[in-house]
Amino acid sequence: MSATTAPAHPARKSNFSIGRILLEGRAFFALIAIIAVFSFLSPNYFTLSNFLIMSSQVAIYGILSIGMLLVILNGGIDLSVGSILALCGVVAGAMMQGVELDWAGVILYPPVWAVVVLTIAVGGAVGALNGVLISVFKVPPFVATLGVMYVARGVALLMTNGLTYNNLRGAPELGNTGFNWLGFNRIAGVPISVIVLATIAILAGLMLSRSAFGRWLYASGGNERAAELSGVPTRRVKITVYTISGALAAIAGLVLSSQLTSAGPTAGTTYELTAIAAVVIGGAALTGGRGTVRGTMLGAFVIGFLSAGLVIIGVSSYWQTVFTGAVIVLAVLMNSIQYGRGGRKS
Amino acid sequence: MSRAPFTKGEVVLAARQVAKSYGNVHALKGVNFDIHRGQVTTLFGENGAGKSTLMKILSGVIQPTTGEIVLDGQPVAFGSANEARDRGISIIHQELSLAPNLSVRDNIFMGREIMGPTGVNFAEEERQVRRLMEELEEDIDPLTPVEELRLGQQQIVEIARALSVDSRILIMDEPTSALSASEVEVLFKVIRDLTAKGVSIVYISHHLEEALTITDHAVVLRDGTMTAYAPRAEIDLEWIVRNMVGENYDLGAPPATTFGEVALSVRNLSVPDPAGFDLVDKLSLDVRAGEIVCIYGLMGAGRTELLETCAGRLTASGGEIVLEGREISHLSIAERISRGLALVPEDRQRDGLVQTMSVGQNLSLASISSFTRGLFTSRRAERQLIEHSIKTVTVKTAGGHAAIGSLSGGNQQKVVIGKMLATNPRVIMLDEPSRGIDIGAKAEVFKLLAKGAESGLAVIYTTSEVSEGLSIAHRIIVMHKGRISAEFDSTVTKEKIMAASGESVAA
Repeated sequence: MSATTAPAHPARKSNFSIGRILLEGRAFFALIAIIAVFSFLSPNYFTLSNFLIMSSQVAIYGILSIGMLLVILNGGIDLSVGSILALCGVVAGAMMQGVELDWAGVILYPPVWAVVVLTIAVGGAVGALNGVLISVFKVPPFVATLGVMYVARGVALLMTNGLTYNNLRGAPELGNTGFNWLGFNRIAGVPISVIVLATIAILAGLMLSRSAFGRWLYASGGNERAAELSGVPTRRVKITVYTISGALAAIAGLVLSSQLTSAGPTAGTTYELTAIAAVVIGGAALTGGRGTVRGTMLGAFVIGFLSAGLVIIGVSSYWQTVFTGAVIVLAVLMNSIQYGRGGRKS
Repeated sequence: MSRAPFTKGEVVLAARQVAKSYGNVHALKGVNFDIHRGQVTTLFGENGAGKSTLMKILSGVIQPTTGEIVLDGQPVAFGSANEARDRGISIIHQELSLAPNLSVRDNIFMGREIMGPTGVNFAEEERQVRRLMEELEEDIDPLTPVEELRLGQQQIVEIARALSVDSRILIMDEPTSALSASEVEVLFKVIRDLTAKGVSIVYISHHLEEALTITDHAVVLRDGTMTAYAPRAEIDLEWIVRNMVGENYDLGAPPATTFGEVALSVRNLSVPDPAGFDLVDKLSLDVRAGEIVCIYGLMGAGRTELLETCAGRLTASGGEIVLEGREISHLSIAERISRGLALVPEDRQRDGLVQTMSVGQNLSLASISSFTRGLFTSRRAERQLIEHSIKTVTVKTAGGHAAIGSLSGGNQQKVVIGKMLATNPRVIMLDEPSRGIDIGAKAEVFKLLAKGAESGLAVIYTTSEVSEGLSIAHRIIVMHKGRISAEFDSTVTKEKIMAASGESVAA
């Protein structure tokens, strides 16, 4: 059989090569096209400072979409990340405003590093709840995370009574300054939020391509039964990806409330959809098992740079919504072309 | 059903040089097949011989790669099962194709509802269903949801659906596999009534004797080709078995190994079915290092459940599983693999392969820890493992990076076996390792197992083909309804094995 397939392969490859490169690198080429078009339309677009500003906006979606990628690789979906983002922002805000301990009669002002750690822990815990609901109690991911989406949003609203925590800068006399560092500071001119995104992306990329856990994740997303029978701890993998997704949503919440120096319970509404869109544009299969961090990052930047460009050239925000939707549909269309043709039986 | 007078025995539907390939797998290799008016033609053959494929082609479910179908002397091409049904050909599938949430009535008229002026005419549908059930002597209310019926009754519904369309040609793919003896009697009476009316029947069954009582013609398929054809008067059971199994190929002989200690010991193992009875019923079995044991049995005998329980996929309701002297029932699948117990599952698409991963990644999937250094996997160590595996199990592939879907069925199966062998098991269990692979690959897989046994591996494999039991196995165990019904050494005859499985001679 190898004798019959071997000659057929190169022949097909050479026929399709240009099409294939365009198809597989579509997110990359889309990004180049977007940058080229907007640079032509507006002199302000192609500047370093604009790119850095746009990137720090992309950071929020980018961090969420890495968590979403892990979940989607597992064959699931996480609708709760937008709500977890808001909940964690509010939790961080509450801690910055001081935690009143009635029984001790004191108000605690935790230092910023403790706020960050505790907030990420809260996000991770909510994510773990998703994971347990899905893997142990067999609630479908869509339903479990939809429920948690409402609950987390509700808790955030309850905590603040619907109001927003303003002025999270802290006070030197309370020893909790520095919260806005995440959102405002720069290292060598690069916004901290972009550095956070890059760090997370590199770690996630290494985890997926080089660690045993990454292999487990691809395998259980591709065929959970086969992975389980090969000794992959599929349940642990599932709980872990939802926990990571929750923790990343918490980090995104911290970055956002730091950028705004305020934390509101309605922040991050529909961000989960943008994150899913970024993952899909990045070429991941919603059925699981296929997708890369690189692709997802490109997807996040396509969405971010597109909407920012439309703002810069003065297009109505209603049109932005239309364009974003069209890009998503196009991306899914190309996914089905790529996976529908190449992957199956020769 | 009033029909014009017909000539009994004239050919109504015929397949001419029909072939069907799936990628590199040739399911049918040019088959000629005649269906005679008003008579029963039975198709015999082992699993994977191409019976179901041929029937799906005749009923329009799939299209042949080459060859043609001739209906009443005219070449035809059916685009879909509905087209074939409109020409009077209907099929009762081996796997039930009913919607469990719908009622018996809705299932029988699914897709061809009787329309009245105000929508579906449920009363008329119900009346027809009642008449059909009377004919089949089955007391099933038309409004019962199908999921509430037991399997045999569901099969009756499936048969009723095929009868309700007034077919000229009715194809029955294993219609009796879930029926009780009395239900089979009724079905045979219905078949005789139908043939008397000029309906032609194609019948497929693993119950050879049962099929012989009803058939007028016998056709035997083996590995996608027709090996024998004869009218009923000229044949007997022995003729069918000989032509089904064939004697012109060799799957090897039991290797001359010295048996070591008991490697796997199963004690009084029971596995419950959700419905209540035991799929595996207090079964005990010892396999020693270097020994090859074949478990022979029909579908539903409990072979898969036995192996999956040993591997840790299913939970036993009682009994012990002891691997090299240690009880392992409480361990996870991963722990059992690391202790040296590996399972090659029956359905390699569903349970064996990850289609989204490459050949190499599939091969290394079960032994990731062996090439993980600290936090990261070592690419070099993984490549070595993959290259070694490809060589040991002789996978024909362009390399570790090739897509798993580019391999033939036999090579895919070797990948699944190679994956489990890479974990360095002490005991390997293979569930139907030869399913859907061609003779050449079969022989290679068996050679591989024999080689493993020579190096001290304990091998257990299941099969529903007698010839495979009589190849490399030192010991052949026959399973029937969750128990061991007989145990033979490698000198046993085919007839004895088949008799012990409750397959044919016992009836």
